[in-house]
Amino acid sequence: MTLLELRRSGGRTAFRLGRPPVSGVLRGRVLLCCLGLAALTFVVFCVGIATGDYPVSPLRVVPALWGSGDPGQVFIVRELRLPRALTAVLAGAAFAVSGAIFQTVTRNPLASPDMIGINAGATTAVVAGIVLASGAGLSLPALGLAGGLATAALIYLLAWRGGATGYRIVLVGIAVSWMCASATDYLLTRAQLTEAQAALGWLVGNLNGRGWETVGPLSAAVLVLLPAGMLLGRWTRTLHLGDEVARGLGTPVQLARLCLVVVGVALVAFATAATGPVLFVALAAPQVAQRLVGLSAPPMLASALTGALMVSASDLVARWLIPDVDLPVGVVTGALGAAFLLWLLVRANRAGSGG
Amino acid sequence: MTTDQAAPVSPTGPTRATGHRPTRPVGLFLVATTVLIVLSLLSVAVGSRQIPLDQVVQTLLDRAAARAADPQVEAIVWGVRLPRTVLGLLVGIALGLSGALMQGLTRNPLADPGLLGVSAGAALGIVVAIAWFGIATLYGYIWFAFVGALLASVVVYLLGGLGRGGSTPVKVALAGVAITFLLNSLTSAIVLRDPDALNRYRFWAAGSLSGPDFGTIGQLLPFLAVGTVLALAAAPALNSLALGDDVATALGRRVGLVRLQGTLAVTLLAGSAVAVAGPVVFVGLVVPHLARLITGPNHRWLLPFTMVLAPSLLLLADIVGRVVARPSEVGVGIIAAFIGGPFFIMLVRRRRLAEL
Repeated sequence: MTLLELRRSGGRTAFRLGRPPVSGVLRGRVLLCCLGLAALTFVVFCVGIATGDYPVSPLRVVPALWGSGDPGQVFIVRELRLPRALTAVLAGAAFAVSGAIFQTVTRNPLASPDMIGINAGATTAVVAGIVLASGAGLSLPALGLAGGLATAALIYLLAWRGGATGYRIVLVGIAVSWMCASATDYLLTRAQLTEAQAALGWLVGNLNGRGWETVGPLSAAVLVLLPAGMLLGRWTRTLHLGDEVARGLGTPVQLARLCLVVVGVALVAFATAATGPVLFVALAAPQVAQRLVGLSAPPMLASALTGALMVSASDLVARWLIPDVDLPVGVVTGALGAAFLLWLLVRANRAGSGG
Repeated sequence: MTTDQAAPVSPTGPTRATGHRPTRPVGLFLVATTVLIVLSLLSVAVGSRQIPLDQVVQTLLDRAAARAADPQVEAIVWGVRLPRTVLGLLVGIALGLSGALMQGLTRNPLADPGLLGVSAGAALGIVVAIAWFGIATLYGYIWFAFVGALLASVVVYLLGGLGRGGSTPVKVALAGVAITFLLNSLTSAIVLRDPDALNRYRFWAAGSLSGPDFGTIGQLLPFLAVGTVLALAAAPALNSLALGDDVATALGRRVGLVRLQGTLAVTLLAGSAVAVAGPVVFVGLVVPHLARLITGPNHRWLLPFTMVLAPSLLLLADIVGRVVARPSEVGVGIIAAFIGGPFFIMLVRRRRLAEL
């Protein structure tokens, strides 16, 4: 047995490693896309850290990250700007993978967590915390986390009737999302103006003033949940073919769906707690990644990288466009992500790849 | 496609195995219509001054006699409550129909009337009217909203059809979502710099049936009428489209033409509804699912049922909203969610689902 075995058949290359025992299809385009996206994300990450009131040369950023160079610069880079840049990358990846998971489980490209009620639940919890118990010292991220998880559990339980189907999850999610959004509206109409402003600032999705206390829980969650999502990726590939086919191929459908939903919900809840509901990333990033790598279902790793790039780049653009105003990053992800997704839709070069 | 696994050998008998009972919707339709008529009368009767139902009917039947008898009641009924009720009926019909059409065209249960970018276009139209043209009256910027909705849906339709694959349901849906978010970002960017626009925009965005007069309603009526006719005429073609584009083509449908007709209907209906009443699109998202639980996937019955159920829900929510928090009012969208949501979840759990 050789260490690495390559075999070509039908225009595809399969590989098998001796140790660890891994085999799979080698997809050149996926590999290239992932490398390209990772490199681009790193560049945007460094430029993002370099930009600000006190400009640091982008080339000095990498050494400063390791603690070498001017102590003042090291302080600015590591203590002031790194947390924000890390939050952008981690939250973007988390939103994107969560979106990829939900789009696969429900087999619906519109079924991102913000469309089926999970973000709406987190938002209601946070707004209720601001309006009903202002001054009680409740931590907004913790409230958002609890609200998101509770809403997801509620949706799953209500959709459970001898097993949950993707379709029923979507329908129950619509109703729950509608009720949560209405509850938020009602709370906002009852609120004082200052409370309403505080709530709205959180509602759009925001990276301003994020420090290490935000990065800690988020990075822990992403480090555990992202690999879990990747490992479950083999199930998503069969689930995408429909329940019957997946069962025929030996996938434990209900178990797989439950595991995937738990991972997806946890990812989006932690990300929402850190940044607020950043619009559109969970929906657009998996679709963009799917079209970039040319597969029929959203790929996990490429989605994560796309999401990270999308949020980091949006943050950078927001700060470049209007330097004196702290534009919420959610406003820019909408515009940037939409423009890119439209471009991909329009240049779809063969029948079916666009939709 | 049905996904409940135990269905074919279900012990409860063949009616469950076929998905939904072969219902006779005629009777149910008559019941629903009666409920809608009663709700319309109640909507005229209920408010901060209660008017007995028989007096409502008399006032509606003979306006001159009513004015002679009790001018105050006549003024309330004809001046305030009737326009509001008529608007509720029209907006409900428009949102319900356009939601059902949108779900049929994109074959996606998450499609709502705003999916073509209609709500976002209308919102941008209003913000532009206030911030750049300085238009301040509520019914001055309805037309900006309407034009914004029209333009947005035209752009979505064109973008969804570009590329070599032509127009597919997924492409239209994704193009619609993308345009919606793009326009919303533009709206936010303008609103963030113009507090006056923000203030008026929030007033519209809350959604309300109060405040119109018959003049405004009359101006929108032609658009709504044309949209309704186009929508109902598309029903048989939508049934074919539900089998997939290839099968529909094989059955002799001109798929592109059906899409154009449906898109036009959705734009006219949802565009005018959203322009007057604000983005209360959730009614159009949920009510078609409710109707589908009753009728099954046949659009010939589905569309009439949504036409009756959607205004019923809207009027019921409007009536309850006037009563629960006297003397102030609770927005119609909020009440509709808390009446319609639990009922909808209960139905989703009880019935086998006819999927799109």
